[in-house]
Amino acid sequence: MEGAGPAQPVLRLTDITKHFGPVVANDGVSFDLHRGEVIALLGENGAGKTTLMNILFGQYTADAGYVELFGERLPPGRPRAALDAGVGMVHQHFTLAGNLTVWENIVLGVDGLTAPSLRPAKAKARIRDLSERFHLKVDPEVRVGSLTVGERQRVEILKALYRDAKILILDEPTAVLTPQETDALFATLRQAVAQGLSVVFISHKLHEVLAIASRVVVLRHGRLVAERETKGATREELAALMVGAEVTAPSFEPTVPGPVLLSLKNVTTTGEGRATGLRDVSLDLRAGQITGLAGVSGNGQGALSDLIAGLDSPASGEMWLAGALPRHWSPRTAIAEGIARIPEDRHHTGTIADFNLVENAVLETYRTTYSTGGWMNWTDARRFAGDLIDKYDVRCPSRNIRIRLLSGGNMQKLILGRVLEGEPRIILANQPVRGLDIGAVNYVHGQLAEARARGAAVLLISEDLDEIQRLSDVIHVISEGRLSPAFARGTMKPEELGAWMAGHGFKETTHAA
Amino acid sequence: MEFLDILLSASFWAAAIRIASPLIFATLGELICERAGVLNLGIEGIMVAGAFAGWIAVWAGLPLWGGVAVAFATGMALGFVHSVLSVPFGLSQHVVGVGLTLLATALTFYTYRVVLPEVSSPPKIQAFTAVEIPVLSKIPLIGPALFNQTPLTYAAFIMVAVVAFVLYRTPLGLAVRAVGENPGAVAAQGLSVTGIRMGAVIVGSGFMAVGGSFLTLSAFDSFFFDMVNGRGWICIALVVFGAWKPGKALLGAILFAAFDAFQIRLQQTSVGAFLPYQVFLMMPYILSILALVAMSRRAEVPAALMVPFNKGER
Repeated sequence: MEGAGPAQPVLRLTDITKHFGPVVANDGVSFDLHRGEVIALLGENGAGKTTLMNILFGQYTADAGYVELFGERLPPGRPRAALDAGVGMVHQHFTLAGNLTVWENIVLGVDGLTAPSLRPAKAKARIRDLSERFHLKVDPEVRVGSLTVGERQRVEILKALYRDAKILILDEPTAVLTPQETDALFATLRQAVAQGLSVVFISHKLHEVLAIASRVVVLRHGRLVAERETKGATREELAALMVGAEVTAPSFEPTVPGPVLLSLKNVTTTGEGRATGLRDVSLDLRAGQITGLAGVSGNGQGALSDLIAGLDSPASGEMWLAGALPRHWSPRTAIAEGIARIPEDRHHTGTIADFNLVENAVLETYRTTYSTGGWMNWTDARRFAGDLIDKYDVRCPSRNIRIRLLSGGNMQKLILGRVLEGEPRIILANQPVRGLDIGAVNYVHGQLAEARARGAAVLLISEDLDEIQRLSDVIHVISEGRLSPAFARGTMKPEELGAWMAGHGFKETTHAA
Repeated sequence: MEFLDILLSASFWAAAIRIASPLIFATLGELICERAGVLNLGIEGIMVAGAFAGWIAVWAGLPLWGGVAVAFATGMALGFVHSVLSVPFGLSQHVVGVGLTLLATALTFYTYRVVLPEVSSPPKIQAFTAVEIPVLSKIPLIGPALFNQTPLTYAAFIMVAVVAFVLYRTPLGLAVRAVGENPGAVAAQGLSVTGIRMGAVIVGSGFMAVGGSFLTLSAFDSFFFDMVNGRGWICIALVVFGAWKPGKALLGAILFAAFDAFQIRLQQTSVGAFLPYQVFLMMPYILSILALVAMSRRAEVPAALMVPFNKGER
């Protein structure tokens, strides 16, 4: 391998083709990765990125084509082959064991299973050395279960570096990071590339792709449709390549807001075991208006959405619904009052993973609309699910499959359809586009725009300032359970909102609780 | 005063250690299984089978250690059955475990009748005898309690250290702990989750059977049908009590055994004259439940315990 010239690619995919039954997941995909290069792999959900990576790591065997690493062909179907050849993968869902320490997680599997000892001192010294070299600050002695998401990702990267990875593959690495953590990650990646590593960066976030990658490879429907330098490329061009058509983000023209539908007056909550409850919060949600709630997660967003969804009641202060004080506040009364929620975590509180699409479609209405006298009306429920699937473009092989088999975007479309079909008066959208690709994001945003035009009051909770600023007619910032005043569209710069997010600007209220 | 006399007598502590020995083996076995993410409710039946297999092997002419080996192999065979059903097939571990207990118990009694069709009382064997360890056994109180036991009891204590060492100091143990916490992490390293889990269940079941064989080869010198008498279920509680750590589980086993030894002696004191003896029999269990409640509140359950691993499931 010494003889290989500098032009020799470290990774070369040639004509990779993979079918699943009649579905073509990869169709003749070829590209190269060179030493010290960052390339971005772009594509919508279902474009074949994951399949391609699974072929590289031997989880699947390609029907045709082959993978070469450092000029040598990789034997197909052998999971360890790519690892041993120096490819490290940082999965979107981390593969760490929470009850083990950082160093134990890192050395897991390195020495096989038969070595007589783990040699902890040596391992820890090596980890400390690597974390210094790549600016990945993390204490090897700490249990992984106590780390933040950003720190866990550092452990994942260290894990790859510890195995002498020459090629790092990062699957949606920024989906779970704050902007600051993303910047730190990029600094690390630049460091790594400068030291001769090569990186494949899988993402939907186009501005990040432009910031970190030198070249993009775009997949669509399993086919490689474009490969180009990022220099000079714009977000719009990349989005168009990915989707295969011009992408137009939905626009939000200013409107005249309607009456107040929900009003919080000096509400404080205990937070129900959450770290942060609400502290003296006053908020109006108006018809035909999107109210954005910006803030770093964990600052009381959960408490606010629980309160509005009926999972919690004010400890002090009042909540008015359409000018009246609701009695006995529960999720069921909330649904009856026309409050619909797009939950923060679609896997855990939005759907029941092992129920099929029909059952999930009627989760909130099965008592009222789809049953009579205690009997389910499955014929209607099935028709309703079928309508949702058509109208909201939920891509699925059948409405009778378990919802866990759908991609995040398609799952979210079903939830969205379920929410919007009830023509709710108030929509609680908690991180509605987290983890979705650009097509799905625009779709969800477009639906929220339509709901707004119809006269619904929308509360949009998001950590993405970009999203908040684009959609919201008024913006509040939440920090440690306190709510900022309302800022009208276009009156605040991101840095100013950022200062509120960090807790600056709040007057410390001194009156007794 | 009578209480204090009991607690300060060497014979009481010697009895506690003796009663603890089978529990130590079986608790270690269960701990290995659960650390790998598999609840093994076959433990009760495996102990019965181990007690019988070890004893019948010695009766047939094998040396005592040969009997221990036969018990271990019997446990591994039953563990293999459990692991095939619970790991690659991913069946409910409750159902597989209880089913295995019923199967192993019934199979033992059947084999007993086949091998010894005409006997009214089971034959006796020459069991392990106590081996006094020079010097150490002369330490007051601790000496006679810890260092004048049968070789199988010494083996139980040694195995605690061995299991702890393997779990915490070797790559294999690390993989076992990881596979019970996040099997995905192990699979991502190209290691076989199925293989590691099956191995843990098989070896753990071997330990359980050795625990059973302690009863016939060391504590007594013969085999009776109900001699295991729920010890397996106690061991499942002891694993929780020990927070899935070998050292703490050892303490739990000794504590439970001490309660048991204590109540036997208490029956012979003046208190015993007033209370029905069943109250004393209940004592270790009640105290164990209380200790379990107190100890297990902050224990960390292996996150993937009882969660089958399906490769490729979203």
